[in-house]
Amino acid sequence: MQKIAQIAVSILFDGLAYAMFLFITSVGLSVTMGLMNFVNLAHGAFAMTGGYFVVTLTRSLGFGFVPSLIIASVAVGLISVPFERYLYRRLYKATDLEQVLLTIGLAFMAIATFTYFYGPIPKSVPLPDWLQGDINLGFRAFPSYRAFLIVLGAVLISVLWYGFERTNIGAKIRAAVDNRRMAESVGINVDLLFTLTFALGSALAALGGGLAIQLFGLTPSFAVIYLVLFLIVVAVGGLGSLKGTLLAALVLGIFDTTGKYLLADAGGFFIYAVVLVVLLIKPAGFYGRE
Amino acid sequence: MTKPVAPGQAARDRAAEFLIRRHRLRWPEVLPWLLAIAAFFLFPDRMTFGSQVLIAVMFALSLDLILGYAGIVTLGHAAFFGIGAYTVGLGAAKLGWTEPISGLFAAAIMAALIGFASGWFLLRYRGLTLLMLTLATAIMLQEAGNLRSDISGGYDGLPGLTFQPVLGVFDYDLYGHTYFLYVLAALAIVFFFVRRVVYSPFGQALTGIRENVRRMHAIGSPVHRRLVTVYTIAAGIAGVAGALFTQTNAYVTLTVFDFDNSAKVMVMLILGGTGRLYGAFAGAVVYMVLEDYFSKLSPTFWQFGIGLLLVLAVLFARRGILGLLEQAWPKGKKP
Repeated sequence: MQKIAQIAVSILFDGLAYAMFLFITSVGLSVTMGLMNFVNLAHGAFAMTGGYFVVTLTRSLGFGFVPSLIIASVAVGLISVPFERYLYRRLYKATDLEQVLLTIGLAFMAIATFTYFYGPIPKSVPLPDWLQGDINLGFRAFPSYRAFLIVLGAVLISVLWYGFERTNIGAKIRAAVDNRRMAESVGINVDLLFTLTFALGSALAALGGGLAIQLFGLTPSFAVIYLVLFLIVVAVGGLGSLKGTLLAALVLGIFDTTGKYLLADAGGFFIYAVVLVVLLIKPAGFYGRE
Repeated sequence: MTKPVAPGQAARDRAAEFLIRRHRLRWPEVLPWLLAIAAFFLFPDRMTFGSQVLIAVMFALSLDLILGYAGIVTLGHAAFFGIGAYTVGLGAAKLGWTEPISGLFAAAIMAALIGFASGWFLLRYRGLTLLMLTLATAIMLQEAGNLRSDISGGYDGLPGLTFQPVLGVFDYDLYGHTYFLYVLAALAIVFFFVRRVVYSPFGQALTGIRENVRRMHAIGSPVHRRLVTVYTIAAGIAGVAGALFTQTNAYVTLTVFDFDNSAKVMVMLILGGTGRLYGAFAGAVVYMVLEDYFSKLSPTFWQFGIGLLLVLAVLFARRGILGLLEQAWPKGKKP
């Protein structure tokens, strides 16, 4: 009995940490897709770029892990702006297919570029002492890094929730997701809003990419392998919904971890089974508009 | 006394005449087949590669049916290629079913069945949801294969398969000459079948669904049934392509279900041009030849090049290579 409880706590803890990673990386994708209906398959490439920035900053330039995360996020956020302004903007009215092709082309180019500079071997990142080893919470010890992920995730969720629900800009974003034309006609500058959320979403993706290095190691194929997960979180959660993205990240993170603990051979089978069931019942995701 | 003419008869006649005129074979259509036969005599030592190109053409052709004509955007078309590949592979490895031509039929039927079952559920959805559902289907099949790697051979695959000579007479030679002609014959049969489908009233309805699904609903077209039908046909053809892949390579691994495989076939089709039958030929040949050449030089540059090609194609040549050719010689017939 004791043992089962132990395993359940471990699964819940790891699942939660994984869910936080999924949420941080996917939330930007969800909001930008909700705003513009733009299928952005290059989102994983932005996350990967953030990861490699963190590797270079810590390994070659001697920055600490946390400052590197911040610098990488800001840098990727800024880099994403010209992409949105000059490439994505041309295809907002185009079909799904054209958006898929453009962004997958960008992802391929990013993968090739990073393979050229960093090679295909997985990269790791040096962690400060306080993120290594275990942290004792009284009744049992947990890995510090995962605890850090959960705390960081919780903080970001509160900040985003506040920004989304309680500030002027958040209200404008919600209005634009609900009804873009109406928002435009009452004078909201949706284009500018979109550039801002796109940059913020890419910055968060870069943060997620930096955080992922310790969890999975970083290779150039990150851009495609994990992209599928981010898209799933977005589709299951419902486009443009903060609540939905969080719920989807939790469900998928915990299901996937449970599957890997109890039935290691089944691999990703569980997560995709969950996706199929949810989307067949609710095609627009948990909190999406039908 | 003239016979009473049913109302709308004239319009119906015009429509029939339009379809018949479009279906008529045109002279330039001989060209790809002549080129294939010319390749057979010009590059006798590259026939193994040649067969792979023809298989890619067939796979891209099946995608053209659903993507180019019906407008279904899928990220999981490799699922059906994989089903076909494994039908033949498992048949040969476990059941000793090594007759190649009946293997193709078995693969087509299996893939079509899975296509029908998944299409029945999935084709109610559009956009991102459909992309995710098709993607999840392909990955789930891959994971299921991995789960039972005692049967499927997992990622190590089923190596060293052997097949009987084609028609019991033409045995396989070291240079793959028999294979090339065998695949070419299969491709020709599949192509003329697809051509017939596309120029039929059914094909016309598919184009209508692609262009304006609401209007098709409004005029009473059974949209869902049509989509499921074409999805099933395309799945069957992709299954045949997969079966040929297993037969010509004499092995198969779970990588046939990879997302890369689905993406690759889409890139080929887009490069060639969608919704125009011969786009699959142009795209697959150009892609495979470029890949063969550049990936030997540097796989990294090749991947960058493919990415760049896609971006440029979307921005400047949305109708692919054939679209560009048409622009260059606007005298050519309108499709």
